[in-house]
Amino acid sequence: MVLLTLMAIITIGVVRVRSLFAVVILGGIYSFLMASVMIVLDAVDVAMTEASVGAGISTVLMLGALYLTKTEEAAPTHTPFVPLFVAAGTAAALIYATVDLPSFGLADNPIHTHVAPRYLDYSVEETGVPNVVTSVLASYRGFDTLGEATVIFTAGIGVLLLLKGRRRIKPGPKRRRIRR
Amino acid sequence: MRLDVIFRVAVKIMVPFILMFALYVQFHGDFGPGGGFQAGVIAAAMVILYAIIFGLETAKRLVPPRLVEMMIPLGVLIYAGVGVACMLMGGNYLDYSVLAHDPAHGQEYGILLVETGVLITVAGTMTAIFYALAGRGR
Repeated sequence: MVLLTLMAIITIGVVRVRSLFAVVILGGIYSFLMASVMIVLDAVDVAMTEASVGAGISTVLMLGALYLTKTEEAAPTHTPFVPLFVAAGTAAALIYATVDLPSFGLADNPIHTHVAPRYLDYSVEETGVPNVVTSVLASYRGFDTLGEATVIFTAGIGVLLLLKGRRRIKPGPKRRRIRR
Repeated sequence: MRLDVIFRVAVKIMVPFILMFALYVQFHGDFGPGGGFQAGVIAAAMVILYAIIFGLETAKRLVPPRLVEMMIPLGVLIYAGVGVACMLMGGNYLDYSVLAHDPAHGQEYGILLVETGVLITVAGTMTAIFYALAGRGR
């Protein structure tokens, strides 16, 4: 609860502050708080990912992008009422949906009675890997993880094309390498 | 970035430990939390930290951009290649049980190889994006 309150405060800060540098740093703090929430929920893998990607690498990439642009947020050119309405509508729909959810952490929730018991019972003898998260990710759901790796590959290639493609205009020794 | 001796010395000491931690997360992922994705991000963070403190050119000499760009497709290739190898050895695609005499051992090898593929792709992608972004302004 404390963590969620802090996250709400940081969100308000991100909205209010005009300096983009402060916004990037606040985003990093938000990610660290999110990682703490994940640790509280016993999802250490997700917490690790959130801390390293969300707070670490994306903060560095944002700072790198900030170095190339202006560091002050431009004044908004439109009134905030339509986005506010959309956000409030989405929030209302989500809150309405949470009313129907089964209560958190019960052993007989649908998610714990479908395939999870089978994974917990048989994964060690079937895969020899004590960490069920790893065996589910890499073996039982191997196709999903292959898809994820492909998504990262595609995203990386796309970003590289976008960022490095402009160089072709500039003359220089780099030109030959790009063409290859 | 000329006079920050403390940063330089501290980073020089930290870099091998960060790399070691990445490998720990990778290969201990069978027992504790972690896996290819987290390890790849930690390894990329090591390169980025090095580049921030010692300059982009030094980091590019340590980890050349061509290597990084080759790592991106290589990881996916390893992953998909494990699947094809499973098929060649008589199983289904990505069914690692056929990789060794004992199905459980085969699964273990398969998971290890697949996680290595993920590690290579993730580390390569993160580092390549950082290189591309950081090299733009100069």
